[in-house]
Order: sequence, then structure tokens, then C-alpha cells
Amino acid sequence: MSKDYSSRSTVIIAMVVVVALAYIVRLAHLQLFSDEYERSADRNAQHVKTIYPERGILYDRNGEVMVYNSVYYDLMVTTREMKNLDTLSFCRHLGINVEDFDKRMKEIRNRRINPGYSSYTPQVFMPQLSMEACAPLQEHLFNYPGFSLQKRSLRSYSRPVAAHALGYVGEVNRRDLENDAYYAVGDYSGRSGIERMYEEKLRGEKGKEFYLRDVHGRIKGRFANGNKDVPPVPGKDLTLSLDADLQAYAESLMQNKRGAVVAIEPSSGEILCYVSAPTYDPSLLVGNGSSEHYRALSDSPYKVFLNRPIQSFYPPGSTFKTLQALVLLQEGIITPQTKYACHQGYSFAGMKLGCHSHESPMALAPSIATSCNAYFAAAYRAMVDDEKYGSSQASMQVWRNHVSSFGYGEKLGVDIAYEQSGFIPDENFYDKLYGKRGWKGATIISNSIGQGEILATPMQIANLCAIIANRGWYYTPHMVKAIEGESLDPRFTTPHRVSVDSVHFQPIVDGMRAAVTESFGTSRGVAVPGIEVCGKTGTAQNAGVDHSIFMCFAPKENPQIALLVFIENGGFGATWAVPMASLLLEQYLKGDIAPNRKWMETRLLNANLMEVEPEQK
Amino acid sequence: MILLYLVLVFWGWMTIYSASYNYEESLSIFNMDLVSGKQFLWICISMVMAVVLLLLDSRWYQDVANVAYVLILLLLMFTIVVAEDVKGSRSWLFIGPFSLQPAEFAKFATSLALARYISKNGFDLKHSRRDYLAFFIILVPVMLIIMQKEMGSALVYFALFLVLFREGLTPWILGAAFSAILIFIVSIRFSENVFWEATSLGTFLALLFIQVLLLSWFSLANRRETMMRRVLLALMLIPLFLACLCNAFFWQFDLAYVLLGSLALSLIYITWASLKKNLKNVFALVASIVMAIAFLYATDFLFEKVLQPHQQMRTKVFLGMIDDPNNAGYNVNQAKISIGSGGFLGKGYLEGTQTKLKYVPEQDTDFIFCTIGEEFGFLGSTLLIVLYVYFMIRLILLAERQRHRFSRVYGYCVVSIFFFHVLINLGMVLGIMPVIGIPLPFFSYGGSSLLGFTILLFIFLRLDADRLRISV
Repeated sequence: MSKDYSSRSTVIIAMVVVVALAYIVRLAHLQLFSDEYERSADRNAQHVKTIYPERGILYDRNGEVMVYNSVYYDLMVTTREMKNLDTLSFCRHLGINVEDFDKRMKEIRNRRINPGYSSYTPQVFMPQLSMEACAPLQEHLFNYPGFSLQKRSLRSYSRPVAAHALGYVGEVNRRDLENDAYYAVGDYSGRSGIERMYEEKLRGEKGKEFYLRDVHGRIKGRFANGNKDVPPVPGKDLTLSLDADLQAYAESLMQNKRGAVVAIEPSSGEILCYVSAPTYDPSLLVGNGSSEHYRALSDSPYKVFLNRPIQSFYPPGSTFKTLQALVLLQEGIITPQTKYACHQGYSFAGMKLGCHSHESPMALAPSIATSCNAYFAAAYRAMVDDEKYGSSQASMQVWRNHVSSFGYGEKLGVDIAYEQSGFIPDENFYDKLYGKRGWKGATIISNSIGQGEILATPMQIANLCAIIANRGWYYTPHMVKAIEGESLDPRFTTPHRVSVDSVHFQPIVDGMRAAVTESFGTSRGVAVPGIEVCGKTGTAQNAGVDHSIFMCFAPKENPQIALLVFIENGGFGATWAVPMASLLLEQYLKGDIAPNRKWMETRLLNANLMEVEPEQK
Repeated sequence: MILLYLVLVFWGWMTIYSASYNYEESLSIFNMDLVSGKQFLWICISMVMAVVLLLLDSRWYQDVANVAYVLILLLLMFTIVVAEDVKGSRSWLFIGPFSLQPAEFAKFATSLALARYISKNGFDLKHSRRDYLAFFIILVPVMLIIMQKEMGSALVYFALFLVLFREGLTPWILGAAFSAILIFIVSIRFSENVFWEATSLGTFLALLFIQVLLLSWFSLANRRETMMRRVLLALMLIPLFLACLCNAFFWQFDLAYVLLGSLALSLIYITWASLKKNLKNVFALVASIVMAIAFLYATDFLFEKVLQPHQQMRTKVFLGMIDDPNNAGYNVNQAKISIGSGGFLGKGYLEGTQTKLKYVPEQDTDFIFCTIGEEFGFLGSTLLIVLYVYFMIRLILLAERQRHRFSRVYGYCVVSIFFFHVLINLGMVLGIMPVIGIPLPFFSYGGSSLLGFTILLFIFLRLDADRLRISV
């Protein structure tokens, strides 16, 4: 009889149980303790279609649509999913030839041209096709796996104005992709101006639709019956403070000129008009051909893309005398009655700061009205050298603090991208330049009349005008008046007080009014019948023909507009800048131009100052 | 038992429907365009077959065992000659609209023949060398099926060695087979050279393993020779330690030679000591160790020359030496993804995305378990494993209560075959076994395999029903 091995059945049962336990542990590992497989499964089977929201619409202050959206289609290609492409008929539907097709495919795959390339994600094959252009393709799209049409909305402009203020929308670059996870390759975002500053309001939230995709990349239906889909949130509409009519009128007057026009409503800080000349039609930077247009514009010798109101800076010239006077009054260096003699200029240390001939000596208001250089040179020198400060350095510091409180020498913080700060020198600057004991009032006398080292942007000068109009306070100038369903950034609704008391403003306002009304005034040409206008001319000295500057506000009491006109190589202010300001005030305050003033309009429209001053050195 | 069978078959059928289900057009489970419709037909055929088998006299099975075995061998040979090439294998016979895989039916025939042979009087592997003829009963169909290029099905027959183990085969053979597989895997897996000479880390580890094997075997066989054990341990550790020191401070040489040297010394020492002390079992020990070393040095040759390139590839992917989710590892990777995404409760019947969208290849046949894992989650998958375990333990207990050796051996054949299928199939799908294409019993789509498993099982159930009969 053979041995009984029946105990071995236990061993076999044990084997079965051990294996089963091992497999259950493995199952638990796969299914319970690792979500890596779930994510892989989603990557496998989910096809996420991005639904782009409508970008917010821009209105002007009167509710007129300035920027809206129209629908276009981007033809996308996912190279990995391309299969058995009938290139010839595909190209026929698109109206391109096979060479174009091959060239474009090569560009898409070239990571140097297309850094975000991936064969798994849709890449833009042809951007911005109109609905008519892609209709023949749309019917046959199912024949071309890997290709899809992505609906896009592009910016459209109801009037070709305010390009620099609005900015433009363009494809995101690599830095945007790295900095903001919201963007995907091929997305659009605001590149400059309002479009950039308010990008996060305007863009809305992308939506997502989840589809099921089989192993061959075919869409087999909605994932989870569309329950996981996220609808897009449209961007917020913005109401701009711009007045579209004023804007268009200012741009037409600025045609064939270089310079800037800025108008601010003093009581709110809202920018009514924002011109950088020469300008361009903003729709040039939209859609097909936009990159060619962009190149042509940026190659222009007139620096079209320079956003002159906030990016160019010059010595503010005589407009700065108003600010000087306010500081001197506040510091008690002068009173409104203080008089200084002027003998066609101010002589000091064997040199002379010239002035035109006028009555002498004069008090403060008439000195502003006639823009007397000697008055401000003498008073400024008296301040810098005043012994109560102890040193030139100390008095300079006091002076600079006052000037800074007007927003000079630093960015105002307007809501337009890429603002510059201008420059106001301080004591360290002169210590470095001349040595600690090497300078005093006479050394830096040019500052007194807004020349020398002082640099200001047109926006800063316009803001100064608004401060004077308000008699001592301002809101940070801003372009957006209201955001749909949201309140404005508090920095635009908090008033800033300058360091000069309100009482000191009256002689300045009187001086600016006298400049318009008195026979010796420099700004008589700005007068608009029936409106009390206050103004101050300025001239930014230049190697060639001087730049002309003119700032004004109206009416004198309860001012509604503070205006700055800056014309490069415009020469003496009265020639171009003053009459232009006059027309703009009339347009804004009265609604149109009186027939007996049409001749001024014609004269300005026809003026061509583009080619004045070809590099004189 | 029959109820369990019905549960498994029905669940399998549902799963096949789910695996072939298409989102766009939901066809009926009976639709003959779907594999589930065809499977329904096979289920009906299997039911009829089951009833017929239960009606037959149990003695008849014993009588026809050898005849069936010979017939099926002839059929296998016939298949090799006439079969067309389907996916690289010549294992399919086409009879009208049906396609049959004779290898599936060879399982029960071989089991019957093995049972018949073992149940003859006086079968005892320990004392009768002649009884090793049983090996041939197993190996002949293996040879024929390998000739059909159906590696997976051929491997199933090795499960029958479990039966021999139950009937008295020494466990050393199973141990040796296990050791061989381990040596093979280790030496292939760690083939990079880490030491200064040509020997790989794998070889080094395998040699260490052989040393451990030698020590433990000797210790088990000769419990009283404490002194000898110490000498052997010293023989292995001291040279290795010295060699490491030498390598670290003086000059560098191949550590594998040191291990080989100490192994050789140990073997000589054991032989010498056993001659003096007249110890038992030493010859087998020495021979095994020498064979193990020879096998180790032959693995590279086996791997490079004997295995097909795609099999080498699969082996390497399985061992994690190369990562290749797109080709050889694709199936397993997708299988893991679909099971892993099931979570605890699963996505619900017919709701699985991975299997519905055809990410898993062969999902209605060899990879059918993915559908269960994805749609029924951890709970459902565990339930299925538990059902299988219960099924097999029940079979073992049924086999053990048989009075006749024929019935018992046949019962164990059934258990072994089911066990092997489940072990390999689930292991493969879970990514812990190499990819060997064999079906999951009752679940994988395939008429031949369902019918084959049904016949296999119901013959045993018929035998069990007659277990109380006295005459054989």
C-alpha cells in the first residue's frame, strides 16, 4: 500500500489562498491606493474641448460701443491624430496649395518657431478664418482626422480711434504661458493699453466640455453625459471714460502731427481724450495680416507704437511755472503780491536767463499770464539759497517733496500699460553732478522755468492742470469708468491731496485766466466765446524746432475739463497747440464748432508738422 | 457546484457583452453581431453538453480515457498539418461556421488518461521508476501544442505536476523548478555589470542564492552535523569577506570567481565528509548544486537563443528592464489603467470608459478581467477572486472525498487546470505575471474554452455523483 499523501491537499489549498490574497492586495494597490491610474484613464478617454468666452465689450462714456467681438474660426491640427490625409482635396477646400500646406506643417512641427508644439494637442494651422472662408471645409471636416475648427472671437472696432488707449489683443507668448496657468498655447490676451491692464476682467473664464475619445482618437460622445462640463464665463464689459466724439475729433486735428492730447475730467480723474499721434487704425492689428501690419507700424520712423501721453517725457517748460509758484507760495518765499523786476531776462553770476519784453516789475498772477522767466528764476533761487533750510540740499529736498506730491517724477498709476515716470532731480543727483558744495540756486536755475533736468510725461502735465482746476487735489487719472458688476479699483476713487494748501491756488488760476484775457497773456488764442478758459503755454526746448505745450482748463469755476495739447516741433504754443485746445474745448463743452471758427479747424486739419526738424544737431 | 458554475458563466456572459458594448449603438446582448450573442450560443451548447455528460455512466469515462487521449493526440497532430495560420499559431480547426481549438479539449482527455494511469494498482512514484511514465502522458500533448505555436496552452499542462505532487511526487522537483525560475529571472533582470569584470550583478546574486540553497538544504537534511554547518558557513563567508577587502583596498577582480571557488570547496568538503561519515542524500545535493550553477551559466544562452525576439521583449518588459508602454507593455499598461481607474465601487455596469473605448486590447478574451475591474471596482474584483477560490477549494474537498483514486486524481487535474488559468490570467492582467495568452475560465470569450472547461468540470461532477459505488 502506497503512503497516504492526503495531507498535501492542505498545501494545495494554502497555495490557492495565498495566491488569491496576493492578488487582492495587488488589486487594492491598483484600485484603492493609487489615483495615478485614474488620471491615466482620464488622459486616455477624455477629450477636453475648450470653450472660449466672449471677451468683454468696451463702451465709451456715453454708452457708445467702441470695441466688440466678431466670430472667426481657427483651423487646428493635432498632428498625432492625422491619418490618411488627402492633402490635395484638403488644400482645395481651404484654397491653398500643397506647398503652403507642407510649409505650414513644417513650421508647426518646428519647436523654434512654435515653442509650445506637442503632437497631442491641437495646434493652430490657419488662424482667423471668417465663417465664409471655412464653410467649404466644415462640411468635409470629418474626412480629415486631426483637424478641427476652433471658434474664436476677434476684436472689432466701431471707429478707427483710440488705438493707443485701447491697446490690442494678440497671441500669448512663452512668458505669459509660464506666469499664468490660465493660458494655453495659441490663446489670446491683451498685449497693451486697456486690453492688457484689464485682461483679467475682459477675458472671462474658459469653459470646458468633456468628450469621450476611443483608442483611435474618435469622439464617442459626452463624458458623464456632460455633467462635468464647465460653461464659459463671459468677460466683463467695461465703460471707458473716453468721449468717442472728442477722441475722434482730437485725432483728426492731430493728423499729420506728432504729439499727444490728454483731457481729464478734474472732478473724477476720468480721462476724456487720449491721443498719441501719429496713430493707427486698431483693426490693423486684428486677424490675418496683423503681424505684417505690426511690423510695418513698428518700423515707422515716427515711432507709432510709442504711447506718447505716458511714455514720452520732455522738460515741461513754462507749464511748470504754475507748480513752481505753488511751492514758493506754500514755503512763504513769495506772496501773491511779491514782485520781481525783469529786464528782458534775469542776470546772475555773469549769465542771463532771457525773457521777452514786458512791463516790470510784476506781481505773481501777471507773471504767470505773461510767463516771465525772471520772476521764477529769482524766486526759485531765493528758495534754494534760503538760509532757513540750512543748505541747498535741504531746501532741494523740501522742494522735491512738494513737486512729488503733484505726481511728478514717479508713475501716476494710470490704467494704461507701460507708463513712464518722468524725472525730478533731488539733492543727491546734484551732489553727484557738481560735488557736495559745488551747487546752489544759481547752478540749477533752469529748473525754475521747467527746463534743466526736469522731465514730465504729457499725462503728468495734464494731471497738474486738473490739480489746479480742483485747487489742490486729484484722482489718479484713469480710463475705465465702470466695470460690469464690479466696483473700480479704490486707487482710482481715493482723492490725493497735494502738499500745497488750496488757498495758494487762487493767484495761479487768476494768472492762467489772465493769460487768456489780458493783452499781455500768452494764451489769448484759446478763448472760446462764452466760456471762461484758463491756460498756460509752455515750450520744451529741443535741438531742433521746440516742442509746443499748452495746458488749460474750463470753465474757471467748476471746471469740467483739463486739457493738455503737446505737439512735437510745434514751435511757439500759440501757433498750433493753443488753437487746437480751443477747438477741443468748444467741441467738448458746446458739442460742435461755431461756423465762424471753422477756419481754425481747417487750418489745423491741413497743417503738416510731420517732417519739421529732421535731426538738427 | 452547478449553481456556482452557472453564476460564473452568466457573469462572464454579461461581462463579454459589456466588453463588446458600443456607445453609439446599443445592441441587444443576444445580437449575433456581438461576441456576447455568439457566446450565448456557446453557453447553450455547453449546457446541453453538461446535461449529456451527467447522464453518462461514470464508469464509461474510465473506459474511454485512453481512447480519448489517443484520439485527441491524433487530432492535435492533424491540426498541426491542416490548420491555417491565425495570429502566428496553427491551432484552429474550422468546421462550417464554427472554429474549434482542439488544444482546449486535450485538457480533459489528458486529465482522464493521467487519472487512469495513476489509478492503476501500485502506482507509487517513490518506489517505481517506471511510473515516471506519467510525465510522458503530460509532456506529449505539450510537445504537440508547442508545435502549434500555442505557448500559453502548452504551459497549462505543467499544472498537472501539482496532481503528481498530491499523488506522491517529491516536493524537491517543484522546489527545483521554482529555483530554476528564480535563477533565470535574477540573472536576466540584473544583467548590467556592476563589478569590475565581466560578471553581471544578476550572476553574482544567483550565485549567492545557490550558496544559501546549499546551506539550507544541507542543514535540513543533516540536522545533527552542527560542526559541518559551521565549516560550510565559514567556507562561504570568509573568502567573500576577504575578497571584498581586497577589492576595496588592493586590486580589483571578479567577485563571482570567489563565490564559485567557495562553492566548489564546499562541495568537495561535503563529498569528502559524507564519504567519511556515511551521510545520506548528499549525492542529490551535490548534483543539484552543480546543475544549478550550470543552469545559471546557460540562462544567457537560453534567453538569447531559445526564446523568440518578441518573447525576449515581453520578458524584459515584464521584468521592468525596459519601459515600453506603446508596444510590448501596452496591453498590461492599459489593463492596469482600466483596473486602477475602477476604484472601490467601480464605474458601474456598462459605464467603464477604458474598456468601452477599446483602450485595452483583447478585452473580451484574455483581458476580460479589466472590464470587471473597471466596472465593478475593488469590491466586484475581490468577489470574483473569492468566488474562484471557493470554487477551487470546493473542488479540492470534493476530490478528497472520492473513494476511487481515478476520481480523485481526475478531480485534482480539474483543480490544477483551473488554478493555473486563474493564476496566470489574473496575474498577467494585474501586471505581476508575464503576458501569457490563456483565457480566464468561464469569462473569456471563446466557444472552445467554455466548452472545454464545461466538459472538464462536468465529467468530474458525474464522477463525484457516483463516488459511493463500490466497484471500479
